[in-house]
Amino acid sequence: MKDILQELEERRANARLGGGQKRIDAQHSKGKLTARERIELLLDEDSFEEFDMFVVHRCTDFGMENQRPAGDGVVTGWGTINGRMVYVFSQDFTVFGGSLSETHAQKICKIMDMAIQNGAPVIGINDSGGARIQEGVASLAGYAEVFQRNIMASGVVPQISVIMGPCAGGAVYSPAITDFIFMVKDSSYMFVTGPDVVKTVTNEVVTAEELGGASTHTKKSSVADGAFENDVEALAEVRRLVDFLPLNNREKAPVRPFFDEPGRIEQSLDTLIPDNANTPYDMKELIHKVADEGDFYEIQEDFAKNIITGFIRLEGQTVGVVANQPMVLAGCLDIDSSRKAARFVRFCDAFEIPILTLVDVPGFLPGTSQEYGGVIKHGAKLLFAYGEATVPKVTVITRKAYGGAYDVMSSKHLRGDFNYAWPTAEIAVMGAKGATEIIHRADLGDAEKIAQHTQDYEDRFANPFVAAEKGFIDEVIQPRSTRRRVSRAFASLRNKKQENPWKKHDNIPL
Amino acid sequence: MFDKILIANRGEIACRVIKTARKMGIKTVAIYSDADKNALHVSMADEAVHIGPPPANQSYIVIDKVMDAIRQSGAQAVHPGYGFLSENPKFAEALAAEGVAFVGPPVGAIEKMGDKITSKKIAQEAGVNTVPGYMGLIEDAEDAVKISNQVGYPVMIKASAGGGGKGMRIAWNDDEAREGFQSSKNEAANSFGDDRIFIEKFVTQPRHIEIQVLADAHGNCIYLNERECSIQRRNQKVVEEAPSPFLDEATRKAMGEQSCALAKAVGYASAGTVEFIVDGDRNFYFLEMNTRLQVEHPVTELITGIDLVEQMIRVANGEPLSITQDDVKINGWAIENRLYAEDPYRGFLPSIGRLTRYRPPAEVALDSHVVRNDTGVFEGGEISMYYDPMIAKLCTWAPTRLQAIEEMRIALDSFEVEGIGHNLPFLSAVMDHPKFVSGDMTTAFIAEEYPEGFEGVTLADADLRRIAASCAAMNRVAEIRRTQVSGRMDNHERRVGDDWVVTLQGMSFAVKVAADTTGSTVTFDDGQALRVAGNWTPGDMLANMSVDSAPLVMKVGKVSGGFRIRSRGADLKVHVRTPRQAELAQLMPEKMPPDTSKMLLCPMPGLIVKIDVEVGQEVQDGQALCTVEAMKMENILRAERKGVVAKINAAPGDSLAVDEVILEFE
Repeated sequence: MKDILQELEERRANARLGGGQKRIDAQHSKGKLTARERIELLLDEDSFEEFDMFVVHRCTDFGMENQRPAGDGVVTGWGTINGRMVYVFSQDFTVFGGSLSETHAQKICKIMDMAIQNGAPVIGINDSGGARIQEGVASLAGYAEVFQRNIMASGVVPQISVIMGPCAGGAVYSPAITDFIFMVKDSSYMFVTGPDVVKTVTNEVVTAEELGGASTHTKKSSVADGAFENDVEALAEVRRLVDFLPLNNREKAPVRPFFDEPGRIEQSLDTLIPDNANTPYDMKELIHKVADEGDFYEIQEDFAKNIITGFIRLEGQTVGVVANQPMVLAGCLDIDSSRKAARFVRFCDAFEIPILTLVDVPGFLPGTSQEYGGVIKHGAKLLFAYGEATVPKVTVITRKAYGGAYDVMSSKHLRGDFNYAWPTAEIAVMGAKGATEIIHRADLGDAEKIAQHTQDYEDRFANPFVAAEKGFIDEVIQPRSTRRRVSRAFASLRNKKQENPWKKHDNIPL
Repeated sequence: MFDKILIANRGEIACRVIKTARKMGIKTVAIYSDADKNALHVSMADEAVHIGPPPANQSYIVIDKVMDAIRQSGAQAVHPGYGFLSENPKFAEALAAEGVAFVGPPVGAIEKMGDKITSKKIAQEAGVNTVPGYMGLIEDAEDAVKISNQVGYPVMIKASAGGGGKGMRIAWNDDEAREGFQSSKNEAANSFGDDRIFIEKFVTQPRHIEIQVLADAHGNCIYLNERECSIQRRNQKVVEEAPSPFLDEATRKAMGEQSCALAKAVGYASAGTVEFIVDGDRNFYFLEMNTRLQVEHPVTELITGIDLVEQMIRVANGEPLSITQDDVKINGWAIENRLYAEDPYRGFLPSIGRLTRYRPPAEVALDSHVVRNDTGVFEGGEISMYYDPMIAKLCTWAPTRLQAIEEMRIALDSFEVEGIGHNLPFLSAVMDHPKFVSGDMTTAFIAEEYPEGFEGVTLADADLRRIAASCAAMNRVAEIRRTQVSGRMDNHERRVGDDWVVTLQGMSFAVKVAADTTGSTVTFDDGQALRVAGNWTPGDMLANMSVDSAPLVMKVGKVSGGFRIRSRGADLKVHVRTPRQAELAQLMPEKMPPDTSKMLLCPMPGLIVKIDVEVGQEVQDGQALCTVEAMKMENILRAERKGVVAKINAAPGDSLAVDEVILEFE
């Protein structure tokens, strides 16, 4: 009996060594942690329960039958993050470069099936050279099996991908389907085709980092939602994100004890809006001052900065925030910002996370590049996302809400539950100058008359009261009491129930 | 007594005057420019009159506009504060012509003392010690060089009408004399509308000590002891104290009596300050007389118990002084720290913007100590480019100098200012500097002790342990809260352990945290145990802790996976990790910040006035590269080393943000 117990320990120890000490050292020397070390950092201490530790591949070509390391290059299982269950897979670069075999894929599929069935998030840690070439189409089949499960899990349980090494070719499409992708600066990259193929096909000379590093994907392509300095920081931040998310689509957003007065008055918000309507201000200050404890988890911080997306808590409960940022492009909507915000809104709606929208939008960005790029359809994504969302929606218009962009930004007309405006709000078809030049075209030659018309327009329309008279604004609120008003609004919506008509699925303008 | 007084100023000094006026039952009138519509002094005053656009030369120093405001409000007296019109004889005359009382000295005294050349002559005649220098007017830069040579380097080039460091330069050689003359002249013309310049010997190893005098219109004059203002940066005072740790009773008396003699010689009536330069042998020389309330007057008030603003108002009302020289005592010690909107990590360059957070320490007035904060700003207010970058004067008083310093350290740690760059960390560093603590300083203190500028504070092991222990205890609170999120697996909750590793300032401390109902005992692996208490909860931006019963105040911010802690001038990233997390964190590579050594970055938001170099040009160490104007000061950016200009990214007239690249070198 003792021998058998001993053998189990030996087998386990062997499996835990992955590709062996030499490769572990090589991994460390690249500033990367091993698959198991990453799981240790991701999960609560001693909470990891492993599956399929002894799974080996079945390939018999190219001498593969002589190398059959236990676990086959991926560590899978479940554990807890602050006591809440998550499923996890972590690719082991020390075993065949983390390459994906048929069995490797089966291990991932197993925990994904369980995650969907048991209602817990899936966190995938990617560090893989790609398909297991020796296995050929079996490996490709493996990828597709994973993709299919990613698709089935989408909107059922949160899926988070952490890219901690290479992720190239077909492998990118699993993270691509998940809800969030995080990367590690300088040690991770993602692309469909690598620099060598790019060179051959297009003659472009580009490094892996330039083509698909963290900077590229957080700033240019928007493939990644965030980037962190190193593995330790990245995993700590993933834990922080998970604390904001419900475990599945049948649960409400999580709540935790909070140390902040919901009625906290922020006098300084009364002076947030500059005297000059064209002067920018930092919308993040409002977010921080409204949020519990000033805690804000920003998503896609470095992309389309004219819109801000991320999570805060109000009275301890997660709330998604979408806010125009007047500091960048005057806060106007464009292709990138519409796509970014639309995806975020849909995530929140899928997982019962209430949405707070902070509006200061002068309209859609004009120009050929926007029109040629299809701003009509991209802008419509955000409109669609807000319109279909059935979660509690509270909107605060701080300054401009002009034109179609007013409609899009969670207006009353898109089933906004609470639509507040600050006294500084200007809800109108457009700015006073533009409106005057159209309405009073006949007087265009007379500067004095135009100035008078502009003034008249401003006096009449550059305020929240015209909209309030029509009931499009539920209440004009003092800036300083925004946190109190918004908290109470969401509190009143805790039992909100709203359903859309039955459909197989909608046809959002992708 | 007057019914209504107008304060022809803004900012903290306007607020300061309003407080006393209110105490005396006098109504107050504020004036304000467009930029100050929402300013604190406006909301504090009983009424307020708008006087024009933001630039001071279109509002606060336009006599006609201020006179209109006086007429409009019916004020019977005007307190000018400091700066602006406070030492402008034309303003005093204009007031006299309308029969409005000027809360300041007679016009004649302002005129005589306002001109540095005249004032020096009068001082000599009154038997006051003076510094050698050239009294005549200087025509041009070459003339300045000639005169500088005659006086002997180093020389001080000063605007005749100047003050507060504006229009003032020290030159050690002909080049600097030439350049200094030109920039002093420009600054003087812009700031004071008077571009006359004079030159005098620059006394080395000097201390700046000044005497507060108070005179009435009945021929009485007393001195309220001295203030030591040696901690200066580019002739701008940063730290002041009263009394001076350097003066003996005999010197104090001699300086005080000479000051009174000078005041009497010019028929002075009001509060005034006679500035002296004092060398290591306690020889003192007259520098100038400021015929106004001085910025640093609170330290005098704190050690004498006399409200200088009240005295000024009474004197202006024609009352004789009710205090005699014998009544003036030195009670305890007072220190003032000037909080400037200047970024100490960027060569103290002005910083402007919105005060997203502004929470000064609580003001207290106890027998054991006093904390006083004279301020003109508020949270949510704007620090504009138009005016002086000083945003508050933090003063502490205690029975002894060392106690006053300790109170100041805690007050600085408790002072929350966010949204702009400011010199709080630098002030903390000075308060802990052994030379300052011993009182052994000269006006060269900052230049000598921080020759490369201020690079932050490196804390000693004992201080780090106090912070580490506090953070370990605080982190425990945060971790336990994390485990209380909804949706947990019943019976499989996370348990927060007792063993932690705290990493800060490149050091790691393994600690064990044992918490009980009143705090935590944090034991280090070498056996040292610190008792930590405090009511910090997650999200609090200020942690008032006590470590082994000694106070520790820290500003607490968020950094990825840890705390940003600011205390005692240090700015630390503190990570509290489990031993295993710490072990794995050790494997992470240290990443170097991007190399900006081959770039000239814009050190502050400002306007490019001039680019002095061209692409391809070779520049020498110290050569002027370009001039950036911010907050009305022209800042010449110089080459830090020899190099060749590869690229110029900005042009005159461009308005740049912090860290934008102006030039690149090969």
